[in-house]
Amino acid sequence: MPETTTAIPEREKLTKKAITADHPTWCPGCGDFAVLASFYKVLEKKQLDHEKIVTLAGIGCSSRFPYFVNGHGAHFIHGRAVPLASGISLARPDLHVFLFGGDGDGFSIGGNHLNHGARKNINMVYFIMDNFVYGLTKKQTSPTSPIGFKSKTDPTGAIDQPVNPMKQLISAGATFIARTHATQVKHMMEMIERAFDHQGFSVIECLSECVEFYPDVFDSADPRKGGSFELIQEKKWDNTPEDELRHDVTDELAAYKLAQLPFPGVFGVFYQNDRPTKNALEKKWIQSTREKTGNASDLELLQKTFDRMK
Amino acid sequence: MSEKPVQPGSGDPDGTPTGVANGVSSSDATLPSSAGAARTTTAALQPASAASSTASPPPAASAASQPSATPVSDRADLRPENIQDAVIRLAGNSQDGIQTAGAFLARLAGRSDHDVMTYMTIPATISGGPSIFQVRIGSGEVLSAGDEADFLVAFYQHSYQDHVDFLKEGGVLLYDSDNVEPNFDDKRFVYVGVPITGLTIEALGGTAKDKGKNIFVLGLISKIFSLDVDKLKKIISEKFAGKDESIVNTAMMAFQAGYAYPVGKVLTHQYQFEHIPKTDGRAQITMDGNQAIAYGLIAAGVRYGAGYPITPWSSVMETLRRELPKYGGIFVQAEDELGAVSLALGFSYSGYLAVTGSAGPGISLKTEAIGWASMAEIPLIICNIQRGGPSTGLPTNVEQSDLHQAIYGGHGDSPRVVLAAASVEDCFYISIEAARIARKYSTPVFILSDTSLATRIEAFDEPDLSKLMIDPKPDLSPRQTFKPYPVDAVTQHIPPGTRILDGKYPLLSGLEHDEMGHPTGSPKLHMVMTAKRRNKLRKLAEEIPVPEVYGDQEGDTLLVGWGSTYGPIHDAVKQAREHGEKVGAIHLRHLHPLPNGVEKIFAKFKRIVTVEMNDQGLYGFGQVAIILRARYCEPKIESFTKTDGLTFRVKEILEGVFKGRSFAARKIPRDGAAIVHTDTAAEGVKSVREVVPQGVG
Repeated sequence: MPETTTAIPEREKLTKKAITADHPTWCPGCGDFAVLASFYKVLEKKQLDHEKIVTLAGIGCSSRFPYFVNGHGAHFIHGRAVPLASGISLARPDLHVFLFGGDGDGFSIGGNHLNHGARKNINMVYFIMDNFVYGLTKKQTSPTSPIGFKSKTDPTGAIDQPVNPMKQLISAGATFIARTHATQVKHMMEMIERAFDHQGFSVIECLSECVEFYPDVFDSADPRKGGSFELIQEKKWDNTPEDELRHDVTDELAAYKLAQLPFPGVFGVFYQNDRPTKNALEKKWIQSTREKTGNASDLELLQKTFDRMK
Repeated sequence: MSEKPVQPGSGDPDGTPTGVANGVSSSDATLPSSAGAARTTTAALQPASAASSTASPPPAASAASQPSATPVSDRADLRPENIQDAVIRLAGNSQDGIQTAGAFLARLAGRSDHDVMTYMTIPATISGGPSIFQVRIGSGEVLSAGDEADFLVAFYQHSYQDHVDFLKEGGVLLYDSDNVEPNFDDKRFVYVGVPITGLTIEALGGTAKDKGKNIFVLGLISKIFSLDVDKLKKIISEKFAGKDESIVNTAMMAFQAGYAYPVGKVLTHQYQFEHIPKTDGRAQITMDGNQAIAYGLIAAGVRYGAGYPITPWSSVMETLRRELPKYGGIFVQAEDELGAVSLALGFSYSGYLAVTGSAGPGISLKTEAIGWASMAEIPLIICNIQRGGPSTGLPTNVEQSDLHQAIYGGHGDSPRVVLAAASVEDCFYISIEAARIARKYSTPVFILSDTSLATRIEAFDEPDLSKLMIDPKPDLSPRQTFKPYPVDAVTQHIPPGTRILDGKYPLLSGLEHDEMGHPTGSPKLHMVMTAKRRNKLRKLAEEIPVPEVYGDQEGDTLLVGWGSTYGPIHDAVKQAREHGEKVGAIHLRHLHPLPNGVEKIFAKFKRIVTVEMNDQGLYGFGQVAIILRARYCEPKIESFTKTDGLTFRVKEILEGVFKGRSFAARKIPRDGAAIVHTDTAAEGVKSVREVVPQGVG
C-alpha cells in the first residue's frame, strides 16, 4: 500500500511535461496529435489542479487519449464512455471531466448514450475526433462516412446516409456544440476553452484526418491545402446592421440551418445555452430533501425508516 | 427490457411493503396437534372430525370430514380457540387491493411478535388480471408460506375455481356471494358466503363503487381471527397518512362494516393466534426482499447507483431513487442497461462504491462492462433479481437459472464474486456483505435474489443499525506514490482527486496492463495479471465460513440449496427426519468463490442432492450441481430440479429427492389429510424463512 505523507509540498506549476505520459501510438501525421497538443496547452493555460484532471475514453484510435495524458483517467469499453463520465461528473463536482473519442464510439455504438448525456445535460467536455472512418480496425465504413466512400465493408462505396453530428447534437439537447479542425490549433484551443468554461454537456466535433485510411478528406477545410476554413460569425449584440447577419448561438433553428451547409460547412460554436445541468438539479433535490429530514445523520434516517416498518 | 407495468412488491413511498407474504411458522405446524397435546394447537380451520382422520388418504379423508357450515354443538361457545398457525389466501384481481389488505395482515403479525410469511402472484399483464396474496401467520417460526390454505377468500368465480383445490380439506371458503357460486356438492370445505360487494357499496354509500372490498374483507378476517383491531386500525391510518382524510375515513368505514358483519352466524368458530412473547427484546420489522436489498445497501454505505426498469428489479431502484438523496446520494435511471452499469462504474471509480442491477435480460446487456470491472478491478455491486428465462422468458415467475451467467457470464477469464440471499432478512445482510467484499477485494460482486424473495414480505428482527452503518466518504489524502495494479497485493484504487506527489498518475484500463495501468502486450504480464485477479478470490474463499449442516450431521442424504429455496428445503429435511430418514441440508450463500471445506461435509453422506429451480441441462444436473461436481470432483452429487416458474412446495422436494419412498400419509400434508403437529422449534433452524408457495402461474 502506498504510504500517505504528512508533509505536503507546495504545488508546482502545471507544465506540459507534468501532464505528458506515454508517447502516442497514433500513425505519423494523424490529426489526433494536434488535438493532444492543444489539450496540453489548454491545461497549461488554465493551471488546473493536476489531480482534478480526469481523462476518459471508450474504444478507437482517438480513445487511446487517456494513456497519453499523465493524470487520473480510465480507458473504458466501446461506446459507453459518456455514462462512465456521467457517473464521475455527478458524484464528484470537484473534478474536471474530459472525455475523448471518435465518430464510431460517439455516433454509432455509443449513439444512445450521446443523445441521453446531451438531453440530461451532464457536465463534461466531450471531444469527438471525427475522421469519417474506422481506423483502429483498418478501414470500415463509419457513421460519418460520406455516401460513396469505398471501405472494406463498402467496397463499391458507402450507401447509407451519414450522421450529421451538429444536427444530431442540436436535436439531442447538448448545451454547447462546436466544430473545429485538427489543423487549426488556435481555433481548436479556443473551442476547448469555451467548452470547458461552459456548465453542461459540451461537445466539440473535430475533423481529424486519418492519414492511413482516409487521407486528404478534410483538405477542403484546410487553407494550407487550398480549402477554406470558414468561421461562424457570432453576434456581438452591438446593435450594428452587420450584427443582424451574425449567428445567435442560442438560436436552435439558426444552428440547425448552419449544420445543413454542404461539406466542409462552417466552424465555431453552433449552439450554446444555459439550461440547468443534471448535476445542479440533482444537487438541488438532495439539498431540499436533506432539509426536509432536518439534516439527520445516516443512522437516524435509516432508523426512522425502520421504525415505520415495525 | 422493461415490461414496466408489472412491478411486484414495489414498496410504496412511505416504506410499507406491498409485496407478498411469507409465512409464519414452520410449515408442518399448521394444523392441530394430535390428540393429547397439552395446549390444543387446533388446526386453524380444521373441523375436529377431520383431525381424527389424519391417517386417511385423501379420498377417505374426504368422506370422513364434515364439510358443512352447520354449527357443531361442541363448538357453540364463541370463545376464540388458540391456534399457532394459519394460511390465508386472498384471491381476486390485482386491482382489488388484495396486496394492500394482505400487507396489513403481515405488518400486524410483525407487530404482534408473530412470524409471518407472504406469497403473491401478479399477472404479467399491463393492468389487472387474476392475482393472489397469501399470508401465513404463526406463533412459531414460519419457514414457508404453506403448501395448502386453511382459509380461502374468493372474490370472483375464477378466484374460486382456480384456487379451491389449494384449500385444505375442511378449510374455510369465504366467498363473495355477489360474484361466486360455489359447488356445494363438493363436501370438502366449509362454505361461508358473504355479499362482500353489496355490503361494501352499502357501507360506503355507493360513491366508491366496490373499492374498499379489500378492507371490508380485512374486517371480516379480523373478527374471525380475533385480531388486534386497534393495532390494525393504526396500521391502516399510517398507510394512508398524508393522503386525503376522507380516504382514511372510507377505509375505516369499510373495515367497521366487515368487522361488524355477523359472520358468527355462518362460521360458528373464531380463532386466536397464540401469543408467545419474544424474549430477545428486539422489535420485528416487515418488508419485502427488494426493500431489504435497498436498505441493506444504504446501511453498507452505498450512496450511488444506476439502473433501468425491469421486472422484478424495478422496486429496488425505485426505493434507492427515492431514498438516496436523503443520504446525499444519487440513483440515476439510465437510458439503458449498458448506460446503467457504466454510470455505476463511474460512481465506483469516483470513490463511491455503487450498485446497478436488473433481471436476467438486463444482466446480459451489462455483461461487457462487468468484464471491464473484473479487468480494471473496480468494486461494483450487481443485483440480479432472477426471473424465468431465457430471453424475456417468464417476467413474473421465479427461476434460479442465472447462476452460471453470474459466475461465468462474459468473455475472457473475468473473476467476480457471486452471493445468493436465502430469505428476505438475508437480502439485507447479504447486501452489507457484498459491499464489504467489493471494497476489500476491489471486485464486482453479484447479489442473486429472485421473484419470490422480491415480492414476499417477512417479519424479522430489527437489525442493530448502530453496529452496521458504514460511512462511505472516499479517502482523498495525498499519496507519495501509487500503483493501481501491484502484482503482489490486492488492488485498492484511489479516487481521482487524490494528489500523487511523485507526479505519476494511475490509469484504469480494460486492456491488459502493467502495474501503472498502461497497456502491455507482454505474454508474461497477461499471465501474471490474470493470476492476480483470480488469486484475490482464492484469498476471499479462505475467509468464507463453511455452511452449517442442518438436520443430521451425517447420514444418507444431504440436500444442497442456494437462494430462496432455503425454507422449503429445511422444511423437507425436518419432515423427512420425522419419518426416519437420515438427512441433512446445507445452504450456500457464497457461490463464487465457494467456501473451502465443503468436501468434508460431502464425505459424511451417501447421496448429495442439489435442489434447484432451473433445468437439469444436457447432462442431467442443475446449475449449482455442475459447479459443485467440478469444484469437489464428487460423483455422488446429483440434482433435483424444476422449471414450472413456481417456488418449491415441501412435498415436491420430498417426492423428488426420495423417489419411490413412501412417507406415511399422516405426516405429510396431502389433500384432505390433516397434519400432525410437530415441534416447530427444531434444532438448528436459524431465523431464515421461506415461501413454499403454490401459485397460479
